[in-house]
Amino acid sequence: MGSFFHRKTKMIKKFLTYYTFPIIFVWLLVVSYNSSKRKPDSVMELITDPSWLYDWPKWLDIPLMKWINDGFKVFNEKYGIYFEVINDFLLGAILSLKKFLIVLPWPLVIALVVAIVFFSSGRKLGTTVFVGICTFFIGFLHPKFWDKAIETTSIMIIGILICIIIGIPLGIAMARNNKLRNAILPVLDLMQTIPSFCYLIPGIMLFGLGAVPAIIATVIYAVPPLVRLTDLGITLVDTEVIEAAEAFGASKKQKLLGVQLPLALPNIMQGINQCTMMALAMVVIASMIGTRGLGDEVLLGLQQLNVGKATEAGLAIVLLAIVLDRITQAYGKKIQDRNKPPK
Amino acid sequence: MSKIEINNIYKIFGPNAQQVMPMVKDGASKEQVMEETGHTVGLDNVSLSIEEGEIFVCMGLSGSGKSTLIRHINRLIDPTSGEVLVNNIDVCSLDEKEILEFRKRTMSMVFQRFGLFPHKTIIENVAYGLEIQEVPEDQRHEIAQGQIKAVGLEGFEHQYPAQLSGGMQQRVGLARALATNPEILLMDEAFSALDPLIRSEMQNQLVELQAKLKKTIVFITHDLDESLKLGDHIGILNGGRLVQVGKPEDIILNPADDYVKAFVKDVNRSKVLRARTIMTKLDKFDKSSVNPSSTYKYDEDTFIEDIVPKVLKDRSTIEVIDKEGMTTGFITSDELSVALTKTE
Ligand SMILES: Nc1ncnc2c1ncn2[C@@H]1O[C@H](COP(=O)(O)OP(=O)(O)OP(=O)(O)O)[C@@H](O)[C@H]1O
Ligand SMILES: [Mg+2]
Repeated sequence: MGSFFHRKTKMIKKFLTYYTFPIIFVWLLVVSYNSSKRKPDSVMELITDPSWLYDWPKWLDIPLMKWINDGFKVFNEKYGIYFEVINDFLLGAILSLKKFLIVLPWPLVIALVVAIVFFSSGRKLGTTVFVGICTFFIGFLHPKFWDKAIETTSIMIIGILICIIIGIPLGIAMARNNKLRNAILPVLDLMQTIPSFCYLIPGIMLFGLGAVPAIIATVIYAVPPLVRLTDLGITLVDTEVIEAAEAFGASKKQKLLGVQLPLALPNIMQGINQCTMMALAMVVIASMIGTRGLGDEVLLGLQQLNVGKATEAGLAIVLLAIVLDRITQAYGKKIQDRNKPPK
Repeated sequence: MSKIEINNIYKIFGPNAQQVMPMVKDGASKEQVMEETGHTVGLDNVSLSIEEGEIFVCMGLSGSGKSTLIRHINRLIDPTSGEVLVNNIDVCSLDEKEILEFRKRTMSMVFQRFGLFPHKTIIENVAYGLEIQEVPEDQRHEIAQGQIKAVGLEGFEHQYPAQLSGGMQQRVGLARALATNPEILLMDEAFSALDPLIRSEMQNQLVELQAKLKKTIVFITHDLDESLKLGDHIGILNGGRLVQVGKPEDIILNPADDYVKAFVKDVNRSKVLRARTIMTKLDKFDKSSVNPSSTYKYDEDTFIEDIVPKVLKDRSTIEVIDKEGMTTGFITSDELSVALTKTE
C-alpha cells in the first residue's frame, strides 16, 4: 500500500516536471499572441515577408506590463486603505523621531553619540574621539547640514528598525530550516541584483512621494545582508557547544536565546552594520523622489552646477557614514574579542 | 536490570541511511560501505549493558565510533536502528518534552572538545546545567563555586573560556558536568588535554568520587593505562563494531583478536593484573616445596607490582588470602614469569 502511494506520487512528480513547463510556455505564447494588436494576417505573410525573423515581432510579447498595471490598480483600490495606515504610522514615527532629535541642543547630541561609542566600543578612547570629531564636522561644514543629517538619520533609524524586525527572525528561521533557506536565498539574490532605485517605484505607487517610499525601498535593499549574516552566524556556532546545551536539557528557546543568538551576535552586528551603510546609500538616492535630507543637498548642488555645495554635502554624507559605521561596528568587535574560540 | 542497555545499535551517517542498512546488516565493512555508497558507518550492531555504579570504559582508535556511541545514550544522536534503554526506559520513545526532562534529571556529559560557552564566564559555564534546571542564581553559583574548587580552578571564576589553557578548559567541562550531580556521567575523553600530573590526580579523584557516590560512568579514552586504572569493564570498538567487552584482566590475558592484541601489547601487566588472577589455586598447588618461614600473606586484590620484589628479591612464596583471611592460592616465581610474559 505504502509503496503504491510512493510510486504514484513519484509518477505525478515526474509528470509535473516534464509537462508543466512546456504547457505553461505554450499557454503564454497563445495569450501573448491573442492580446497583441498587430498580428500577421495569415501564415502566408510570415513566409513571404521574413522581416519578423530580423526584428523581434510585435506579436511575440508577453503583456506583463499590462497585467502588473491592472493588478496594481485592483490591488490599490482594494487594499489602499491599509497602505494609508502604514503610511501614517511610518510618517508619524519618522516625524516624532526627527522632532525629538532636532529639539535637542546639538552639543547634547554630539555628547550622546560620544557616550554611545565610548561604552559600546569597550571604552576605546581613540575611536570615541574620532567619532566625536566627525559628528562635530557635519554641522561645521554647513550649519544647515545638521538638521538635514538628523532628518536622514531619522529615516534610516526607522528603516533599520524595520530591517531588524524582519531580518533577524527570518535569518533565525532559515538557520533552523534548510528548505526555507533554499527558498529564501534566491529571493535575497534577486533583491540584491535589481538596481536599487527600482525599489522606489512600487513605493511611490503605494505611498506617493516622500519619506515612506524611501523607507520601503531602504528595507528591501538593506535587509538581505542582515538576513544572510544572521543565518550564517547561527549556523557557524560550534556544534559541540550546541550539543553541550542540549545535553543539559536546554529547550529550543533556551538554546536560541542563551547560546545561539549571543554567539551569533558578532555576525548579526556585522549585518546591522552593512544594513546601515546600505540604508544610507538608499536614503541618499531617495532624494530623487523628494525625500528630504543630506541627499537632497547633493542633488541641489548638482542642479545648480555648484560643485562646492555638492562636495560639501557629499562630505557630510561620508562623515555621517563614518559615524554610523563606527557605532555599529564597535559593539560587534567588543563581543568578538571576548568570544574568541577556545584554543 | 542494567542501568544502561544498548541493543543492536546501528548508526549510518548519510542521506539514505535506511537504504544502506541491509548492506551493513549483511556484514559489509566500513570501508566497503564508504566506497560503494558514500555513507559512513558510525556503529555496526553494537550491544552492551552497563551496570549501576560501575565505570564502563570505551576504547578504540580514532574514528572507531566512541563519540557516536556515547551520544546515543543521551540521544544527541538518533540510531538508524536499534534501541537504547536507560533505567529500563527506551530513550528513543521519549517525546521532545520528556527527552529534555530526562537529560536534565538523569545525566550530564563532558565533551571531547570541551563544548564550553565562550560568552559565559567560568562560573556561569559551570552553573549552566543548574540554570536550565531553574535553580536560583545564588544557590547555583554556590554549588558551581564548590565544583570549581574541586577541579582546582579557584580564582578563575570570572574569566572567559578563551582566557584559559586547554587543560583548564577541560576541567571547567568536568566541573560543569559534576555540578548537576547526575546519576549517569558521560565522559568523552574527559582527561585527554590534561598534563600527566593533573591527569593522574583527576583519575584518583574520579575513583574516590566513585567509591563515595557510586555513579554510573561511561568513560571514553585512548589511553590503555587510564582505562585499566578506571574501568570496571572495558569495551573495545573497531570500525564501528564492538570487538570485545570484559574486565581489564580478561582483555589483557585473552585479547579477542589482533586489533585488541595490538592495543594491549605495551601495557605494564604488573600494574593491571591482580594476585587473584595469576595465582595457582590452593587445591592445585604442591605445598611441600614451600618454606613456611619465607611465606607472606597478601590480599587477593593486590596488584602484582607490589608482589614482584618480595618474590624475586627475597625468593619468598606469596600466600593469597581473601577478605575473610582464608587462603585461596599461592604465587611463586613460576606464576609471575608466566603472567608477565607477553602473549604473542
Ligand atoms: N555528524 C557526522 N556526519 C558524518 N559522519 C560522522 C558524523 N559524526 C561521526 N561521523 C563518522 O563516524 C565515525 C565515528 O566517529 P566518532 O566521532 O564516533 O569517532 P571517535 O571514536 O570518537 O574518534 P576520536 O577518537 O577521534 O574522537 C567516523 O568515521 C566519522 O567520520
Ligand atoms: Mg571522539
